[in-house]
Amino acid sequence: MNAPTPAAATSPARRGDAIGAFLEQDYAAGFETTLDTDTVPKGLSEDIIRLISARKGEPDWLLDWRLEAYRHWLTMTPPAWAAVQFPPVDFQDIVYYSAPKSKKDGPKSLDEVDPELLRTFEKLGVPLHERARLAGVAVDAVFDSVSVATTFKKELGEHGVIFCSFSEAVKEHPELVRQYLGTVVPPGDNFYAALNSAVFSDGSFVFIPKGVKCPMELSTYFRINARDTGQFERTLIIAEEGASVSYLEGCTAPMRDENQLHAAVVELIALDDAKIKYSTVQNWYPGDKDGKGGIYNFVTKRGDCRGARSHISWTQVETGSAITWKYPSVILRGDDSVGDFHSVALTNNLQQADTGTKMIHMGRNTRSTILSKGISAGRGSNTFRGLVKVTPKAEGARNYTQCDSLLIGDRCAAHTFPTIEVRHPTAHVEHEATTSRIGEDQLFYAMQRGISAEDAVSMIVNGFCREVFKELPMEFAVEAQKLLGVSLEGSVG
Amino acid sequence: MLKINNLHAAIDGKDILKGLDLEVADGEVHAIMGPNGSGKSTLAQVLAGRETFTVTDGSVDWDGADLLALPAEERARAGLFLAFQYPVEIPGVSNAYFLKAAVNAVRRHRGLPEYDAMDFLSRVKAEMKAVGMKEEFLYRSVNEGFSGGEKKRNEVLQMALLEPRLAVLDETDSGLDIDALKIVAEGVNRLRSPERSMIVITHYQRLLDYIVPDKVHVLSQGRIVRSGGRELALELEEHGYGWIDAAQGGKAGGASVGARP
Repeated sequence: MNAPTPAAATSPARRGDAIGAFLEQDYAAGFETTLDTDTVPKGLSEDIIRLISARKGEPDWLLDWRLEAYRHWLTMTPPAWAAVQFPPVDFQDIVYYSAPKSKKDGPKSLDEVDPELLRTFEKLGVPLHERARLAGVAVDAVFDSVSVATTFKKELGEHGVIFCSFSEAVKEHPELVRQYLGTVVPPGDNFYAALNSAVFSDGSFVFIPKGVKCPMELSTYFRINARDTGQFERTLIIAEEGASVSYLEGCTAPMRDENQLHAAVVELIALDDAKIKYSTVQNWYPGDKDGKGGIYNFVTKRGDCRGARSHISWTQVETGSAITWKYPSVILRGDDSVGDFHSVALTNNLQQADTGTKMIHMGRNTRSTILSKGISAGRGSNTFRGLVKVTPKAEGARNYTQCDSLLIGDRCAAHTFPTIEVRHPTAHVEHEATTSRIGEDQLFYAMQRGISAEDAVSMIVNGFCREVFKELPMEFAVEAQKLLGVSLEGSVG
Repeated sequence: MLKINNLHAAIDGKDILKGLDLEVADGEVHAIMGPNGSGKSTLAQVLAGRETFTVTDGSVDWDGADLLALPAEERARAGLFLAFQYPVEIPGVSNAYFLKAAVNAVRRHRGLPEYDAMDFLSRVKAEMKAVGMKEEFLYRSVNEGFSGGEKKRNEVLQMALLEPRLAVLDETDSGLDIDALKIVAEGVNRLRSPERSMIVITHYQRLLDYIVPDKVHVLSQGRIVRSGGRELALELEEHGYGWIDAAQGGKAGGASVGARP
C-alpha cells in the first residue's frame, strides 16, 4: 500500500487537539497585583495568633477561643483518608496574615479603598462600585486576609439584614458572633477546621432577622494575592425564623509555582422555616499542566438545619484548585427539615478532587437530596465521598443520591465512596450511580453534522451538568458555563 | 460530481476497501448493495471522514476538491451528509439544541445568516411534520431512548434541515417495519433534486421499491463488482448474493468485471 493520505496521517493528533483545546483554556485570573502589604512573619505560634488578633483589635474572648483551637490543633494530625496525594505541608512556611496597607484603620467607604484593589476586582469581573454592580447582588470582597469592601450595606440595613466582613461583625455585633461562632463546626472538628479557628483572618458575616426575605443576592469574592500566604476565611450565616437568603461565593488566585493553602470554614444556621441557599463557583488556580503550583483547597462547610421545616441547599461548581478536600454537609436537626447538595467537580491535568457531602438525619421526616456530577479529564482524579446517616430518632427520613461520573480521555480516574448508615426502620434511602465517557462515536456523529469536536465536547459536558447548573443563580450559572467553556444548553424553545 | 478512484481503506490493520471505483453525477441516486462484510458501511464512514478508518490508497474528488483532505466537520459543512446505520445517542443534549447547532454551523459555512430560536423552531417543526415526528422529540436528548424507527426519522429530519449536496444513507431501512420504511422513503424522495446526489446503501432490494435509483452497484470484498440499472437489484433479489460471488469465480475475482459504472 502507498503512504497514508494527509487526512489519515493527521487524524489522531487532530482529534486529540480538539478535546485538548477545550481542556487547555488559559487561567484568566492568574495575574498578580502589586500592593504595599502589612504582612506578619512566616510560621505559626501563639505569638503569631496574638499578633493577628491584636492587628484586628479583637476582644479577649476571641483571642482565647483562637488559642484554645491552636492548642487543640497541635495535638492533631492531618487527615490521611482522602484519595489525594501531595507532599506534607510545612505549616511553619506559611504566612498567616497579609493585608493591603490602608492609611487608616480600615476603609470607611469605597473612596478610601486603594484604586489598585478596585481595579483588581474589576479585572476579575467583580466591580465594587455600586452603580456598576448588577442590580440585586451585594458583594463582600476579600483580598488575602481582609475584607476590602462590602457593597449595598445601607440598603440591606433598612431590611435589618447584616452583611459585613467578619472582622466588622466582631466589632459591631459581638453578641451574635459569640452566640453562633463554632456551634456548627466546633474548633476541634478536624485538623483544618482547628487551624482555621486559630488563625482565621476575615470572611463574611450574614444575619437575616426573623421573617425577612433578603432583598438581594449576597456574594463574597475571595482573592488570594500575596505570595506564600494562606487564606483562612471564616463565613457565618444565620437565618432566623422564617428568613431566607441566597449567598454566592467566587474564588481566584494568581498563577504561582508554589502551592498555596486555603483552609476555610463556613457555618450556616437555619432556624424554624428558614432557608439558606449557598452557591460556590470555585476557580482557585489549579496548577499548570504538569501539576506545578495551585491551591490546596481544604475547606469545612457545614449547615445546621436547627429549626423545624428549615432548608439548607449547597450548590458548588468546582473547577479550580490543585487539590480539593471539601464536603459541604447538612445536619438535619429540625423536624421536616430539608438538605440539598448539588455539585459539579471538574478535574483536569493533575488536579485531584475528593469532594462530596454528609447528610445527617436527626429530626423526623427530614429529607435530603445529593446530586453529584464528576468530570475527569487529562490525568485528573475525581472522588465522590458521601455519608448519609439516619439516626435512631429520625423517623421517616428520606434521601435520594445520584452520583454521575463523566470521563474524557483514557488517563483520568473517577471514584465513588458512598457510605449509608441507617438506624431507623422507616428510612428510605436511594442511591444511583453512573459512569459514562465521551465516546469517539458521539464526537464523530456531531462532527458529521458540522459541529466541531470542541463544541461537541462542550455540549456534552454542559448537558451532563445541566441539572446542577439550573440550581445556580443566573449570574453564576453563566460564569460556571463559561468556566467549562460551554454555551448555554436549552437556549432553544 | 463525486469520483472515487481506487479507494483502499483499513481498520485496525485489516483491509476493508480494496480498490473501489465509483462516479456519481449531480442529481443521481445510486444504490449500493452487497452482502454483510462487503465494505458498504466502511465506504459510508470513509466518505464522511471517520478517523477510525485509515485510507491507505486512492482518491476521492468532489466537485474538484480533494474530499479526503478535509476533516469530517468541514465535509459536513460543505454539504456531505451521512444518515447513520446506528444513530448515536447523546444523553443530556437536547435534540433541538443539537439540531440548531448543526444547522447554524452549516449555514455559517455557506455564508447564510444563522437562524435565531424562532426561525429555527418554525423551520424544524415544519420538517418534523413532514417526516411524521412529534414535537416532543425536540426536547428529548439526541436519539436517547428513541425506537429504531424514530432514530431513522431523526436522521431524515437532519438531512432535510442540513440540505446536503451529497447524502449517503447507510442501511436506512434496517430495523424498520414497512410503514416506517415508506415514511422514511417519502422523506428521502422529497429531497431528490437535480443538485443533490445520493448514495443509498442497502442490504435488501425492498427499499429500492420506494427509493428508485438511477444506478445500482454491487459491492463484494471491498470493491464494486457489478453495476447496472434498477433491474440489477431485482436480479440480485431473485438469485441472492451467492450469484454474484459465483459470477466472480471465488475470492480472487475478475479484476475488471463491471468495476466501472
